[in-house]
Amino acid sequence: MTRYIIRRLLQAIPLLFIISAVLFVLMQNMGDPIATLGGRMVTRPADRQRLARQLGLDKPIYVQYLFWLIGNDWTKADLDGDGIPDTQGTRHGVLRGDFGTSLVNRGVPVVQVIADRLPNTLILMLSAEVVIILGSLLVGVYSALHQYSIVDNLVTSVSFIGYSMPIFLIALMTMYIFAVNFKKWGLPYLPTVGMFDPNVGETVPQVIWHMVLPIFSISFISLAAYSRYIRSTMLEVLSQDYIRTAKAKGLPRREITFIHALKNASLPIVTIVGLELPLLLGGAVVTERIFAWPGMGRLFLDHLSASDTPVIMGILMLIAIAVIIFQIITDVVYAWLDPRIRYH
Amino acid sequence: MSAQVNLNAIPRLAPDEIESPPLSLGELTWRRFRRHKMAIVGVVVLILLIFYTFGGSFFISEKYANQTDTSQRLNAPSTLHRFGTDTVGRDILARTIYGGQISLLIGLTAMILETLVGILIGASAGYYGGWLDSILMRFTEAMLNIPQILLLLVMAKFFGGKIPNIPLLGRTFSGSVVVIILIIGLTSWPYLARIVRAEFLSIKENEFILAARATGAPPFQIIFRHILPNSIAPIIVSATLGVANAITLEAYISFLGLGVQPPTATWGNMLEGAYKYIESAPWLWIFPGTLIVLIVLAINFLGDGLRDALDPRSRTV
Repeated sequence: MTRYIIRRLLQAIPLLFIISAVLFVLMQNMGDPIATLGGRMVTRPADRQRLARQLGLDKPIYVQYLFWLIGNDWTKADLDGDGIPDTQGTRHGVLRGDFGTSLVNRGVPVVQVIADRLPNTLILMLSAEVVIILGSLLVGVYSALHQYSIVDNLVTSVSFIGYSMPIFLIALMTMYIFAVNFKKWGLPYLPTVGMFDPNVGETVPQVIWHMVLPIFSISFISLAAYSRYIRSTMLEVLSQDYIRTAKAKGLPRREITFIHALKNASLPIVTIVGLELPLLLGGAVVTERIFAWPGMGRLFLDHLSASDTPVIMGILMLIAIAVIIFQIITDVVYAWLDPRIRYH
Repeated sequence: MSAQVNLNAIPRLAPDEIESPPLSLGELTWRRFRRHKMAIVGVVVLILLIFYTFGGSFFISEKYANQTDTSQRLNAPSTLHRFGTDTVGRDILARTIYGGQISLLIGLTAMILETLVGILIGASAGYYGGWLDSILMRFTEAMLNIPQILLLLVMAKFFGGKIPNIPLLGRTFSGSVVVIILIIGLTSWPYLARIVRAEFLSIKENEFILAARATGAPPFQIIFRHILPNSIAPIIVSATLGVANAITLEAYISFLGLGVQPPTATWGNMLEGAYKYIESAPWLWIFPGTLIVLIVLAINFLGDGLRDALDPRSRTV
């Protein structure tokens, strides 16, 4: 097993290089970061050149990539434009854990920019994931045990519609019903924007209250998909011989369902959840935008529109690394849960 | 020992089982498909939507759909504007008609591009194997390691504004339509490539491939004449669902403002900014939103029906 993990980690290295190189090339044509630096004022050509030199944007793209990768503290940069390299570089490069500094928030390290937003996204997405897993287990197992009952048929149709809905439409609909119309009818209504009411401050009940609608929007689609999946794996397992044997020897129904059937039926779910968890880091871009949730998704959108390459690269690389690590963890957990699987 | 056997008691094959030739894949698929009720409903809805978007252009001109009138902004649905007007006074009914054409166009062409790239990469990786397989599959993995929506946004920014408007058939198509088609097609293929590769890996081990090789068939012919037709079922299903996926993705990017640029309408970009008017003007998002759900639902049902009908394991006619 240890050898398997080491091999997977080694395979990840070239993969990360490919990802970073492709993304870096894409970034360079994304627009002019200097154009937005001066705020409303038009940047003067002289300032533009000076800024480009300071930020290292005047270098050819492979040099920029090299600096991004291994830093530029081993070389001198020419900041005043007289052709003589004079200033010692200060960047350490990604390989030494330095993701550079944000272009928009001048001088703030990328790691800091991301770390400020990460908790907000994690709190939202992890709660949503808990809702998704518990909800889909509940719905999926119930539908499997009562196949073709009224509830099962209802769940089937609702989940088919839910699966076809874009997130923003669910968000808009729930906002319209639970915030706009509830307010109109004088019922207690749910808030639609932000993490907390500025008049009350960032308290736990406030944040939970503000999380209801975003979590519903994020979980609805996945809940629909997962519960269908659990239903079909449960049905498959329930028709196995060993379930019949368990029934024949008179085991209690509850034990058969949850210990004999569900444990085996939930194996494939582990894979899906393991592969989806790291993608939560990106936040639900659309959901965060609609509900004005200050998370990673909005960070990504804001810095993308300002062509802030270091921050965008930082976010994307963070997600890529998380995906790879979670793939390995998923494989290990799967082998641990299912003794039939052996990795070599 | 009487040889008196009642001839009528011997079970016989029904006449058409003896005489009629075996059904082709298409006939077999159709027989199974038409019993899938929801798939038929999906096809009907799809046809109605196509009539709505393309038939509508005989009654309402594109000029009218793109005509702004700020004195008529955010009007509620009325007899004059059946679906109301948007933030700059354009008629929403007219825009859903022309937007639907663009949404359908994007869905279909992005799917074709996605399928071509997916088949090309999956087939070469699966057929040739070795180092080519390693490289292509690493690249596919790399694509899957970044959430598609983030990749789409980066690429939308990358290509944005670089393609000029295209006049075609007397109409001007915004260059951003081409950008959206390109980026959706170029980011959606990895799943299909994996499916095609897996199919190729198993089919190429068959004896008829060995026979084809022995007779000296060139690789090109083996790939496209012998293996690809045998792996067409999962490709068709995946391509069908790909259309729905492309329409949804276009809606996502346009919703975030990086997609198709106005005045060209799509169902997606009609929703851009609609959430700001959630209280005052719900008709801004109700009509295009419902149309998106309808078409995606219809295509998903169609794909589901095709999946069941094309499944080689279900041989019931």
